[in-house]
Amino acid sequence: MKIDAAYVALGGRPVLHGVSFAAGPGELVALCGPNGAGKSTLLKFMAGVLPGGRPEPRHTAYVEQGARSAWGLTVAEVAALGRIPHGDRAAAPIEQAMRVCGVWPLAGHRVDRLSGGQARRAMLARAFATAPDTYLLDEPTADLDPAAAHEIMALLAETARSRTVIVVLHAVELALRYATRLVVLQNGRITADAPPTQALPAAAAAFGLPYGVDPEYRLLPP
Amino acid sequence: MNAALAAGLVLLAGLSLLVGAAGFGVPDGIILWQLRMPRTGLALVIGAGLGLSGAVLQGALRNPLADPGLLGIGGAAALGGVVVFYWGLSAAFAPALVLGGLAGAAAGCGALLAFAGRAPSGPAVILGGIAVSSLAAALLALALTLAPNPFALAEIAFWLMGGLEDRTLTHLAIAGPLILIGLGILLRLGPSLDALGLGEATAASLGRPASRTLIWTALGVTLAVGPGAAVAGGIGFVGLVVPHLLRPWCGQAPSRVLGASALAGAMLVLGADILARAGPLLLPLQAEPRLGVLTALLGTPVLIALSRQVRA
Repeated sequence: MKIDAAYVALGGRPVLHGVSFAAGPGELVALCGPNGAGKSTLLKFMAGVLPGGRPEPRHTAYVEQGARSAWGLTVAEVAALGRIPHGDRAAAPIEQAMRVCGVWPLAGHRVDRLSGGQARRAMLARAFATAPDTYLLDEPTADLDPAAAHEIMALLAETARSRTVIVVLHAVELALRYATRLVVLQNGRITADAPPTQALPAAAAAFGLPYGVDPEYRLLPP
Repeated sequence: MNAALAAGLVLLAGLSLLVGAAGFGVPDGIILWQLRMPRTGLALVIGAGLGLSGAVLQGALRNPLADPGLLGIGGAAALGGVVVFYWGLSAAFAPALVLGGLAGAAAGCGALLAFAGRAPSGPAVILGGIAVSSLAAALLALALTLAPNPFALAEIAFWLMGGLEDRTLTHLAIAGPLILIGLGILLRLGPSLDALGLGEATAASLGRPASRTLIWTALGVTLAVGPGAAVAGGIGFVGLVVPHLLRPWCGQAPSRVLGASALAGAMLVLGADILARAGPLLLPLQAEPRLGVLTALLGTPVLIALSRQVRA
Protein backbone atom coordinates (compact mmCIF):
# COMPACT_ATOMS: atom_id res chain seq x y z
CA MET A 1 0.00 0.00 0.00
CA LYS A 2 1.60 3.22 -1.15
CA ILE A 3 0.25 6.67 -1.86
CA ASP A 4 2.10 9.65 -3.21
CA ALA A 5 1.23 13.29 -2.60
CA ALA A 6 -2.52 12.86 -2.31
CA TYR A 7 -4.44 16.10 -2.76
CA VAL A 8 -8.16 15.65 -2.19
CA ALA A 9 -10.90 18.25 -2.13
CA LEU A 10 -14.47 17.31 -1.27
CA GLY A 11 -17.25 19.72 -2.18
CA GLY A 12 -14.69 22.43 -2.98
CA ARG A 13 -13.07 22.15 0.46
CA PRO A 14 -9.49 20.84 0.45
CA VAL A 15 -9.24 17.87 2.82
CA LEU A 16 -5.83 16.33 2.12
CA HIS A 17 -2.78 18.45 1.28
CA GLY A 18 -0.22 16.25 -0.40
CA VAL A 19 -0.21 13.24 1.89
CA SER A 20 2.39 10.58 1.05
CA PHE A 21 2.89 7.39 2.89
CA ALA A 22 3.54 3.71 2.40
CA ALA A 23 2.85 0.61 4.46
CA GLY A 24 3.56 -3.06 3.92
CA PRO A 25 2.88 -6.50 5.37
CA GLY A 26 3.72 -6.83 9.04
CA GLU A 27 2.55 -3.34 9.84
CA LEU A 28 -0.47 -2.25 11.86
CA VAL A 29 -0.73 1.45 11.13
CA ALA A 30 -2.98 3.60 13.31
CA LEU A 31 -4.24 6.86 11.82
CA CYS A 32 -4.97 9.32 14.61
CA GLY A 33 -6.02 12.91 14.66
CA PRO A 34 -8.84 15.22 15.70
CA ASN A 35 -12.24 15.25 14.01
CA GLY A 36 -12.06 16.67 10.51
CA ALA A 37 -8.32 16.03 10.15
CA GLY A 38 -8.92 13.95 7.01
CA LYS A 39 -8.42 10.43 8.44
CA SER A 40 -11.54 8.91 6.87
CA THR A 41 -10.85 10.70 3.60
CA LEU A 42 -7.30 9.36 3.55
CA LEU A 43 -8.61 5.84 4.16
CA LYS A 44 -11.19 6.23 1.37
CA PHE A 45 -8.47 7.55 -0.92
CA MET A 46 -6.35 4.49 -0.22
CA ALA A 47 -9.38 2.25 -0.78
CA GLY A 48 -9.95 3.95 -4.15
CA VAL A 49 -13.57 4.72 -3.38
CA LEU A 50 -13.39 8.49 -3.82
CA PRO A 51 -14.60 9.79 -7.22
CA GLY A 52 -12.03 8.89 -9.86
CA GLY A 53 -10.40 6.30 -7.59
CA ARG A 54 -9.56 2.76 -8.58
CA PRO A 55 -10.44 0.17 -5.97
CA GLU A 56 -8.61 -3.16 -5.97
CA PRO A 57 -11.37 -5.34 -4.60
CA ARG A 58 -9.38 -8.57 -4.33
CA HIS A 59 -6.39 -7.01 -2.65
CA THR A 60 -7.92 -4.34 -0.44
CA ALA A 61 -10.86 -4.66 1.93
CA TYR A 62 -12.38 -1.44 3.21
CA VAL A 63 -14.84 -1.15 6.10
CA GLU A 64 -16.70 2.13 6.29
CA GLN A 65 -17.21 4.04 9.53
CA GLY A 66 -20.42 2.92 11.21
CA ALA A 67 -21.35 0.75 8.21
CA ARG A 68 -24.82 -0.70 8.48
CA SER A 69 -26.96 -2.74 6.16
CA ALA A 70 -29.91 -1.09 4.45
CA TRP A 71 -31.67 -4.45 4.27
CA GLY A 72 -32.17 -7.02 6.97
CA LEU A 73 -29.20 -9.09 5.81
CA THR A 74 -28.01 -11.86 8.10
CA VAL A 75 -24.46 -12.01 9.43
CA ALA A 76 -23.73 -14.88 7.03
CA GLU A 77 -25.09 -12.89 4.08
CA VAL A 78 -22.99 -9.85 4.98
CA ALA A 79 -19.88 -12.01 5.35
CA ALA A 80 -20.63 -13.64 1.99
CA LEU A 81 -20.51 -10.20 0.32
CA GLY A 82 -16.77 -10.32 0.97
CA ARG A 83 -16.55 -12.98 -1.73
CA ILE A 84 -18.00 -10.70 -4.44
CA PRO A 85 -14.55 -9.69 -5.73
CA HIS A 86 -13.67 -13.36 -6.15
CA GLY A 87 -16.97 -14.11 -7.88
CA ASP A 88 -17.74 -17.09 -5.67
CA ARG A 89 -19.55 -17.86 -2.45
CA ALA A 90 -16.95 -20.28 -1.15
CA ALA A 91 -18.26 -21.52 2.19
CA ALA A 92 -14.87 -22.18 3.83
CA PRO A 93 -13.44 -18.63 3.87
CA ILE A 94 -16.83 -17.19 4.85
CA GLU A 95 -17.15 -19.53 7.83
CA GLN A 96 -13.52 -18.95 8.76
CA ALA A 97 -14.03 -15.18 8.69
CA MET A 98 -17.12 -15.40 10.90
CA ARG A 99 -15.27 -17.65 13.38
CA VAL A 100 -12.23 -15.37 13.51
CA CYS A 101 -14.40 -12.32 14.13
CA GLY A 102 -16.46 -14.11 16.77
CA VAL A 103 -19.82 -13.95 15.00
CA TRP A 104 -20.10 -17.58 13.89
CA PRO A 105 -22.81 -18.29 16.54
CA LEU A 106 -24.77 -15.31 15.13
CA ALA A 107 -24.56 -16.45 11.49
CA GLY A 108 -28.32 -16.57 10.98
CA HIS A 109 -29.13 -13.36 12.85
CA ARG A 110 -30.09 -10.13 11.09
CA VAL A 111 -27.29 -7.58 11.37
CA ASP A 112 -29.72 -4.68 11.87
CA ARG A 113 -31.00 -6.36 15.05
CA LEU A 114 -27.57 -6.93 16.62
CA SER A 115 -25.81 -4.68 19.11
CA GLY A 116 -23.43 -2.07 17.72
CA GLY A 117 -20.38 -4.12 18.63
CA GLN A 118 -21.72 -7.32 17.09
CA ALA A 119 -22.72 -5.48 13.91
CA ARG A 120 -19.20 -4.08 13.66
CA ARG A 121 -17.77 -7.58 13.96
CA ALA A 122 -20.10 -8.73 11.17
CA MET A 123 -18.75 -5.97 8.92
CA LEU A 124 -15.23 -7.01 9.86
CA ALA A 125 -16.08 -10.62 8.95
CA ARG A 126 -17.06 -9.34 5.50
CA ALA A 127 -13.56 -7.87 5.10
CA PHE A 128 -11.89 -11.06 6.35
CA ALA A 129 -13.93 -13.20 3.94
CA THR A 130 -12.22 -11.39 1.06
CA ALA A 131 -8.82 -12.50 2.46
CA PRO A 132 -7.13 -9.35 1.13
CA ASP A 133 -3.52 -8.20 1.39
CA THR A 134 -4.52 -4.88 2.91
CA TYR A 135 -7.24 -4.09 5.45
CA LEU A 136 -8.47 -0.48 5.62
CA LEU A 137 -10.74 -0.11 8.64
CA ASP A 138 -12.43 3.10 9.71
CA GLU A 139 -12.82 3.14 13.50
CA PRO A 140 -13.33 -0.60 14.03
CA THR A 141 -13.47 -0.05 17.79
CA ALA A 142 -15.92 2.86 17.96
CA ASP A 143 -18.78 2.25 20.40
CA LEU A 144 -17.23 -0.97 21.67
CA ASP A 145 -16.75 -1.57 25.36
CA PRO A 146 -13.07 -1.67 26.39
CA ALA A 147 -12.86 -5.46 26.50
CA ALA A 148 -14.37 -5.83 23.01
CA ALA A 149 -12.12 -3.06 21.66
CA HIS A 150 -9.04 -4.88 22.96
CA GLU A 151 -10.27 -8.16 21.46
CA ILE A 152 -10.69 -6.56 18.04
CA MET A 153 -7.30 -4.86 18.23
CA ALA A 154 -5.62 -8.11 19.26
CA LEU A 155 -7.23 -9.80 16.25
CA LEU A 156 -5.96 -7.03 13.98
CA ALA A 157 -2.45 -7.24 15.48
CA GLU A 158 -2.49 -10.98 14.78
CA THR A 159 -3.68 -10.34 11.22
CA ALA A 160 -0.99 -7.71 10.69
CA ARG A 161 1.75 -10.31 11.13
CA SER A 162 1.32 -11.32 7.52
CA ARG A 163 -0.85 -8.52 6.06
CA THR A 164 -1.05 -4.76 6.00
CA VAL A 165 -3.63 -3.32 8.40
CA ILE A 166 -4.42 0.39 8.47
CA VAL A 167 -6.99 1.57 11.01
CA VAL A 168 -8.45 4.95 11.88
CA LEU A 169 -8.46 5.17 15.65
CA HIS A 170 -9.63 7.80 18.07
CA ALA A 171 -8.37 5.92 21.07
CA VAL A 172 -4.65 6.76 21.26
CA GLU A 173 -4.13 4.22 24.05
CA LEU A 174 -5.17 1.40 21.67
CA ALA A 175 -2.72 2.68 19.08
CA LEU A 176 0.04 2.73 21.71
CA ARG A 177 -0.75 -0.79 22.81
CA TYR A 178 -1.21 -2.54 19.45
CA ALA A 179 -0.02 -0.48 16.48
CA THR A 180 3.45 -0.81 14.99
CA ARG A 181 3.21 2.71 13.61
CA LEU A 182 1.26 5.81 14.55
CA VAL A 183 0.47 8.31 11.82
CA VAL A 184 -0.86 11.62 13.12
CA LEU A 185 -2.99 13.64 10.76
CA GLN A 186 -3.86 17.28 11.35
CA ASN A 187 -5.61 19.65 8.94
CA GLY A 188 -5.01 17.31 6.02
CA ARG A 189 -1.27 16.91 6.64
CA ILE A 190 0.80 14.20 8.29
CA THR A 191 2.47 15.73 11.33
CA ALA A 192 4.08 12.54 12.62
CA ASP A 193 4.77 9.05 11.27
CA ALA A 194 6.77 6.94 13.69
CA PRO A 195 6.55 4.08 16.20
CA PRO A 196 3.67 4.96 18.55
CA THR A 197 5.66 6.05 21.57
CA GLN A 198 7.73 8.42 19.43
CA ALA A 199 4.73 9.85 17.64
CA LEU A 200 2.86 10.43 20.87
CA PRO A 201 3.88 14.07 21.42
CA ALA A 202 2.62 14.95 17.94
CA ALA A 203 -0.65 13.10 18.67
CA ALA A 204 -0.96 14.97 21.95
CA ALA A 205 -0.41 18.25 20.13
CA ALA A 206 -2.94 17.33 17.46
CA PHE A 207 -5.58 16.51 20.05
CA GLY A 208 -4.60 19.53 22.12
CA LEU A 209 -4.14 17.30 25.15
CA PRO A 210 -1.20 16.99 27.51
CA TYR A 211 -0.64 13.27 26.95
CA GLY A 212 1.99 11.25 28.65
CA VAL A 213 2.34 7.49 28.78
CA ASP A 214 3.40 5.02 31.46
CA PRO A 215 5.15 1.68 30.90
CA GLU A 216 1.78 -0.11 30.94
CA TYR A 217 0.69 2.06 28.00
CA ARG A 218 -1.81 3.91 30.14
CA LEU A 219 -2.29 7.52 29.24
CA LEU A 220 -1.37 9.94 31.98
CA PRO A 221 -1.46 13.66 32.36
CA PRO A 222 2.20 14.76 32.44
CA MET B 1 -39.43 -21.24 -3.05
CA ASN B 2 -38.55 -20.57 -6.67
CA ALA B 3 -39.39 -24.15 -7.60
CA ALA B 4 -42.83 -23.82 -5.99
CA LEU B 5 -43.44 -20.52 -7.78
CA ALA B 6 -42.33 -22.03 -11.10
CA ALA B 7 -44.69 -24.99 -10.58
CA GLY B 8 -47.56 -22.62 -9.80
CA LEU B 9 -46.70 -20.61 -12.89
CA VAL B 10 -46.80 -23.70 -15.14
CA LEU B 11 -50.22 -24.63 -13.70
CA LEU B 12 -51.53 -21.10 -14.27
CA ALA B 13 -50.17 -21.05 -17.81
CA GLY B 14 -51.97 -24.31 -18.51
CA LEU B 15 -55.18 -22.92 -17.03
CA SER B 16 -54.72 -19.76 -19.08
CA LEU B 17 -54.82 -21.77 -22.32
CA LEU B 18 -58.15 -23.29 -21.24
CA VAL B 19 -60.03 -20.07 -20.40
CA GLY B 20 -61.33 -17.47 -22.82
CA ALA B 21 -64.33 -15.86 -24.45
CA ALA B 22 -65.14 -19.21 -26.08
CA GLY B 23 -65.63 -20.70 -22.61
CA PHE B 24 -63.72 -23.22 -20.50
CA GLY B 25 -62.04 -26.22 -22.05
CA VAL B 26 -59.58 -27.10 -24.77
CA PRO B 27 -60.21 -24.61 -27.59
CA ASP B 28 -59.99 -24.91 -31.31
CA GLY B 29 -56.44 -24.80 -32.73
CA ILE B 30 -56.76 -21.32 -34.20
CA ILE B 31 -58.08 -19.85 -30.95
CA LEU B 32 -55.31 -21.57 -29.04
CA TRP B 33 -52.51 -20.32 -31.28
CA GLN B 34 -53.79 -16.94 -32.42
CA LEU B 35 -55.48 -15.74 -29.22
CA ARG B 36 -54.59 -17.63 -26.08
CA MET B 37 -50.92 -18.33 -26.74
CA PRO B 38 -49.95 -14.69 -27.35
CA ARG B 39 -52.10 -13.59 -24.44
CA THR B 40 -50.55 -16.10 -22.08
CA GLY B 41 -47.02 -15.44 -23.31
CA LEU B 42 -47.40 -11.68 -23.03
CA ALA B 43 -48.85 -11.92 -19.53
CA LEU B 44 -45.87 -14.07 -18.49
CA VAL B 45 -43.09 -11.83 -19.83
CA ILE B 46 -44.80 -8.54 -18.94
CA GLY B 47 -45.55 -9.71 -15.39
CA ALA B 48 -42.01 -11.03 -14.94
CA GLY B 49 -40.62 -7.73 -16.20
CA LEU B 50 -42.74 -5.68 -13.82
CA GLY B 51 -42.11 -7.86 -10.75
CA LEU B 52 -38.36 -8.07 -11.31
CA SER B 53 -38.06 -4.34 -12.12
CA GLY B 54 -39.76 -3.49 -8.83
CA ALA B 55 -37.41 -5.75 -6.87
CA VAL B 56 -34.29 -4.36 -8.56
CA LEU B 57 -35.40 -0.72 -8.23
CA GLN B 58 -36.15 -1.20 -4.54
CA GLY B 59 -32.66 -2.63 -4.07
CA ALA B 60 -30.82 -0.11 -6.23
CA LEU B 61 -32.49 2.92 -4.67
CA ARG B 62 -32.57 1.33 -1.18
CA ASN B 63 -36.17 2.41 -0.97
CA PRO B 64 -39.10 0.07 -0.33
CA LEU B 65 -41.42 2.41 -2.28
CA ALA B 66 -39.60 2.09 -5.59
CA ASP B 67 -41.73 0.72 -8.42
CA PRO B 68 -41.58 1.30 -12.19
CA GLY B 69 -45.08 2.82 -12.09
CA LEU B 70 -44.52 5.07 -9.11
CA LEU B 71 -41.21 6.32 -10.52
CA GLY B 72 -42.88 7.40 -13.74
CA ILE B 73 -41.15 4.82 -15.96
CA GLY B 74 -44.45 3.08 -16.78
CA GLY B 75 -46.16 6.43 -17.40
CA ALA B 76 -43.35 7.62 -19.67
CA ALA B 77 -43.44 4.33 -21.59
CA ALA B 78 -47.23 4.62 -21.99
CA LEU B 79 -46.76 8.17 -23.26
CA GLY B 80 -44.22 6.91 -25.79
CA GLY B 81 -46.73 4.29 -26.91
CA VAL B 82 -49.56 6.83 -27.16
CA VAL B 83 -47.47 9.24 -29.23
CA VAL B 84 -46.78 6.44 -31.72
CA PHE B 85 -50.42 5.36 -31.63
CA TYR B 86 -51.63 8.91 -32.03
CA TRP B 87 -49.79 9.65 -35.23
CA GLY B 88 -50.78 6.31 -36.68
CA LEU B 89 -47.19 5.09 -36.83
CA SER B 90 -48.11 1.79 -35.21
CA ALA B 91 -50.62 1.05 -37.99
CA ALA B 92 -47.96 1.70 -40.64
CA PHE B 93 -45.10 -0.15 -38.94
CA ALA B 94 -45.92 -2.81 -36.35
CA PRO B 95 -42.79 -2.60 -34.14
CA ALA B 96 -43.23 1.19 -33.82
CA LEU B 97 -45.52 0.78 -30.81
CA VAL B 98 -42.93 -1.21 -28.90
CA LEU B 99 -40.15 1.16 -29.95
CA GLY B 100 -42.25 4.09 -28.75
CA GLY B 101 -42.71 2.40 -25.39
CA LEU B 102 -38.98 1.68 -25.21
CA ALA B 103 -38.13 5.30 -25.99
CA GLY B 104 -40.57 6.51 -23.35
CA ALA B 105 -39.20 4.09 -20.74
CA ALA B 106 -35.66 5.14 -21.62
CA ALA B 107 -36.60 8.79 -21.09
CA GLY B 108 -38.19 7.92 -17.74
CA CYS B 109 -35.12 5.92 -16.66
CA GLY B 110 -32.84 8.72 -17.87
CA ALA B 111 -34.70 11.18 -15.68
CA LEU B 112 -34.42 8.70 -12.81
CA LEU B 113 -30.63 8.46 -13.29
CA ALA B 114 -30.39 12.24 -13.27
CA PHE B 115 -32.25 12.41 -9.97
CA ALA B 116 -30.37 9.44 -8.52
CA GLY B 117 -27.01 10.93 -9.51
CA ARG B 118 -27.29 13.44 -6.70
CA ALA B 119 -28.81 11.30 -3.97
CA PRO B 120 -29.27 7.65 -4.96
CA SER B 121 -31.38 6.77 -1.94
CA GLY B 122 -33.91 8.62 0.08
CA PRO B 123 -36.98 10.62 -0.82
CA ALA B 124 -35.43 12.79 -3.59
CA VAL B 125 -35.57 10.03 -6.22
CA ILE B 126 -39.18 9.15 -5.35
CA LEU B 127 -40.16 12.83 -5.57
CA GLY B 128 -38.40 13.09 -8.93
CA GLY B 129 -40.23 9.95 -10.10
CA ILE B 130 -43.57 11.42 -9.04
CA ALA B 131 -42.70 14.55 -11.03
CA VAL B 132 -41.95 12.45 -14.15
CA SER B 133 -45.11 10.45 -13.57
CA SER B 134 -47.25 13.63 -13.26
CA LEU B 135 -45.67 15.10 -16.38
CA ALA B 136 -46.38 11.90 -18.34
CA ALA B 137 -49.98 11.88 -17.07
CA ALA B 138 -50.45 15.53 -18.07
CA LEU B 139 -49.07 14.93 -21.57
CA LEU B 140 -51.26 11.84 -21.92
CA ALA B 141 -54.30 13.92 -20.96
CA LEU B 142 -53.22 16.50 -23.54
CA ALA B 143 -53.00 13.78 -26.21
CA LEU B 144 -56.49 12.64 -25.21
CA THR B 145 -58.01 16.13 -25.45
CA LEU B 146 -56.38 16.68 -28.84
CA ALA B 147 -57.46 13.26 -30.14
CA PRO B 148 -58.58 13.52 -33.78
CA ASN B 149 -61.95 11.79 -33.24
CA PRO B 150 -64.02 10.20 -30.48
CA PHE B 151 -62.99 6.71 -31.56
CA ALA B 152 -59.31 7.50 -31.20
CA LEU B 153 -60.09 9.03 -27.79
CA ALA B 154 -61.93 5.92 -26.65
CA GLU B 155 -59.23 3.65 -28.05
CA ILE B 156 -56.39 5.45 -26.27
CA ALA B 157 -58.31 5.74 -22.99
CA PHE B 158 -59.19 2.05 -23.14
CA TRP B 159 -55.63 1.07 -23.93
CA LEU B 160 -54.31 3.10 -21.01
CA MET B 161 -56.36 1.00 -18.60
CA GLY B 162 -54.19 -1.95 -19.47
CA GLY B 163 -55.22 -5.16 -21.15
CA LEU B 164 -54.01 -8.13 -23.16
CA GLU B 165 -57.04 -9.04 -25.28
CA ASP B 166 -56.58 -9.27 -29.05
CA ARG B 167 -52.81 -9.05 -28.86
CA THR B 168 -51.16 -11.12 -31.56
CA LEU B 169 -48.17 -13.39 -31.90
CA THR B 170 -46.44 -10.47 -33.63
CA HIS B 171 -46.72 -8.43 -30.44
CA LEU B 172 -45.25 -11.31 -28.49
CA ALA B 173 -42.47 -11.80 -31.04
CA ILE B 174 -41.45 -8.14 -30.85
CA ALA B 175 -41.87 -7.43 -27.14
CA GLY B 176 -40.92 -10.86 -25.76
CA PRO B 177 -37.21 -10.97 -26.70
CA LEU B 178 -36.62 -7.37 -25.57
CA ILE B 179 -38.22 -8.06 -22.19
CA LEU B 180 -36.21 -11.28 -21.85
CA ILE B 181 -32.95 -9.37 -22.47
CA GLY B 182 -34.02 -6.89 -19.78
CA LEU B 183 -34.77 -9.77 -17.39
CA GLY B 184 -31.33 -11.23 -18.10
CA ILE B 185 -29.62 -7.93 -17.27
CA LEU B 186 -31.63 -7.42 -14.07
CA LEU B 187 -31.18 -10.97 -12.78
CA ARG B 188 -27.40 -10.54 -12.80
CA LEU B 189 -27.51 -7.50 -10.49
CA GLY B 190 -28.08 -9.45 -7.25
CA PRO B 191 -24.59 -9.18 -5.70
CA SER B 192 -24.26 -5.52 -6.75
CA LEU B 193 -27.57 -4.69 -5.04
CA ASP B 194 -26.58 -6.55 -1.86
CA ALA B 195 -23.26 -4.70 -1.79
CA LEU B 196 -24.99 -1.37 -2.28
CA GLY B 197 -27.04 -2.11 0.85
CA LEU B 198 -23.84 -1.65 2.90
CA GLY B 199 -23.30 1.86 1.53
CA GLU B 200 -21.85 3.34 -1.63
CA ALA B 201 -18.23 3.42 -0.45
CA THR B 202 -18.36 -0.24 0.57
CA ALA B 203 -19.99 -1.20 -2.73
CA ALA B 204 -17.28 0.67 -4.62
CA SER B 205 -14.56 -1.05 -2.58
CA LEU B 206 -16.06 -4.41 -3.57
CA GLY B 207 -15.80 -3.42 -7.22
CA ARG B 208 -19.52 -2.70 -7.62
CA PRO B 209 -19.79 1.12 -7.70
CA ALA B 210 -23.28 2.56 -7.31
CA SER B 211 -23.05 4.49 -10.58
CA ARG B 212 -22.54 1.32 -12.61
CA THR B 213 -25.29 -0.55 -10.75
CA LEU B 214 -27.72 2.31 -11.42
CA ILE B 215 -26.89 2.43 -15.14
CA TRP B 216 -27.45 -1.33 -15.55
CA THR B 217 -30.65 -1.00 -13.52
CA ALA B 218 -31.91 1.76 -15.81
CA LEU B 219 -31.02 -0.21 -18.93
CA GLY B 220 -32.59 -3.43 -17.65
CA VAL B 221 -35.76 -1.72 -16.41
CA THR B 222 -36.15 0.12 -19.74
CA LEU B 223 -36.05 -3.18 -21.62
CA ALA B 224 -38.14 -5.10 -19.10
CA VAL B 225 -40.90 -2.50 -18.70
CA GLY B 226 -40.98 -0.38 -21.87
CA PRO B 227 -42.15 -2.95 -24.43
CA GLY B 228 -44.75 -4.33 -22.01
CA ALA B 229 -46.19 -0.90 -21.25
CA ALA B 230 -46.45 -0.22 -24.99
CA VAL B 231 -48.17 -3.52 -25.79
CA ALA B 232 -50.43 -3.87 -22.75
CA GLY B 233 -50.93 -0.32 -21.46
CA GLY B 234 -50.94 0.59 -17.79
CA ILE B 235 -50.59 -2.35 -15.39
CA GLY B 236 -49.83 -1.00 -11.95
CA PHE B 237 -48.88 -2.24 -8.49
CA VAL B 238 -47.13 -5.44 -9.63
CA GLY B 239 -43.58 -4.16 -9.14
CA LEU B 240 -44.41 -2.57 -5.81
CA VAL B 241 -46.35 -5.42 -4.23
CA VAL B 242 -44.51 -8.53 -5.40
CA PRO B 243 -41.11 -8.01 -3.70
CA HIS B 244 -42.79 -7.11 -0.39
CA LEU B 245 -44.92 -10.23 -0.56
CA LEU B 246 -41.86 -12.40 -1.12
CA ARG B 247 -39.40 -11.01 1.45
CA PRO B 248 -40.87 -12.85 4.43
CA TRP B 249 -40.40 -16.11 2.49
CA CYS B 250 -37.19 -15.53 0.56
CA GLY B 251 -35.19 -13.33 2.92
CA GLN B 252 -34.43 -9.62 3.01
CA ALA B 253 -31.35 -9.48 0.78
CA PRO B 254 -32.20 -7.94 -2.61
CA SER B 255 -30.47 -10.83 -4.41
CA ARG B 256 -32.80 -13.33 -2.76
CA VAL B 257 -36.02 -11.86 -4.14
CA LEU B 258 -34.95 -11.28 -7.75
CA GLY B 259 -35.78 -14.63 -9.33
CA ALA B 260 -38.85 -15.09 -7.17
CA SER B 261 -40.11 -11.59 -8.06
CA ALA B 262 -39.93 -12.38 -11.77
CA LEU B 263 -41.87 -15.62 -11.25
CA ALA B 264 -44.43 -14.11 -8.87
CA GLY B 265 -44.90 -11.05 -11.09
CA ALA B 266 -45.65 -13.35 -14.01
CA MET B 267 -48.10 -15.31 -11.81
CA LEU B 268 -49.85 -12.16 -10.64
CA VAL B 269 -50.37 -10.69 -14.10
CA LEU B 270 -51.33 -14.03 -15.64
CA GLY B 271 -53.71 -14.76 -12.75
CA ALA B 272 -55.31 -11.32 -13.06
CA ASP B 273 -55.67 -11.83 -16.81
CA ILE B 274 -57.33 -15.21 -16.30
CA LEU B 275 -59.74 -13.52 -13.88
CA ALA B 276 -60.39 -10.82 -16.48
CA ARG B 277 -61.25 -13.49 -19.06
CA ALA B 278 -63.32 -15.54 -16.65
CA GLY B 279 -65.26 -12.45 -15.50
CA PRO B 280 -67.84 -12.40 -18.31
CA LEU B 281 -68.19 -16.19 -18.11
CA LEU B 282 -68.95 -16.26 -14.38
CA LEU B 283 -70.57 -12.88 -13.72
CA PRO B 284 -73.19 -10.89 -15.60
CA LEU B 285 -70.61 -8.56 -17.15
CA GLN B 286 -70.93 -7.03 -20.61
CA ALA B 287 -67.18 -6.99 -21.22
CA GLU B 288 -63.95 -8.19 -19.67
CA PRO B 289 -62.80 -6.07 -16.75
CA ARG B 290 -59.56 -4.28 -17.64
CA LEU B 291 -56.34 -6.00 -16.56
CA GLY B 292 -54.87 -2.81 -15.06
CA VAL B 293 -58.02 -2.39 -12.99
CA LEU B 294 -57.76 -5.95 -11.68
CA THR B 295 -54.07 -5.73 -10.71
CA ALA B 296 -54.86 -2.51 -8.84
CA LEU B 297 -57.86 -4.13 -7.13
CA LEU B 298 -55.73 -7.13 -6.14
CA GLY B 299 -52.72 -5.03 -5.22
CA THR B 300 -54.32 -2.38 -3.04
CA PRO B 301 -55.46 -4.61 -0.15
CA VAL B 302 -52.10 -6.38 -0.16
CA LEU B 303 -50.35 -3.04 -0.01
CA ILE B 304 -52.52 -1.87 2.88
CA ALA B 305 -51.79 -5.08 4.77
CA LEU B 306 -48.07 -4.69 4.09
CA SER B 307 -47.99 -1.05 5.16
CA ARG B 308 -48.51 -2.23 8.71
CA GLN B 309 -45.34 -4.35 8.60
CA VAL B 310 -42.97 -2.30 6.45
CA ARG B 311 -40.62 -0.05 8.32
CA ALA B 312 -39.29 2.43 5.81
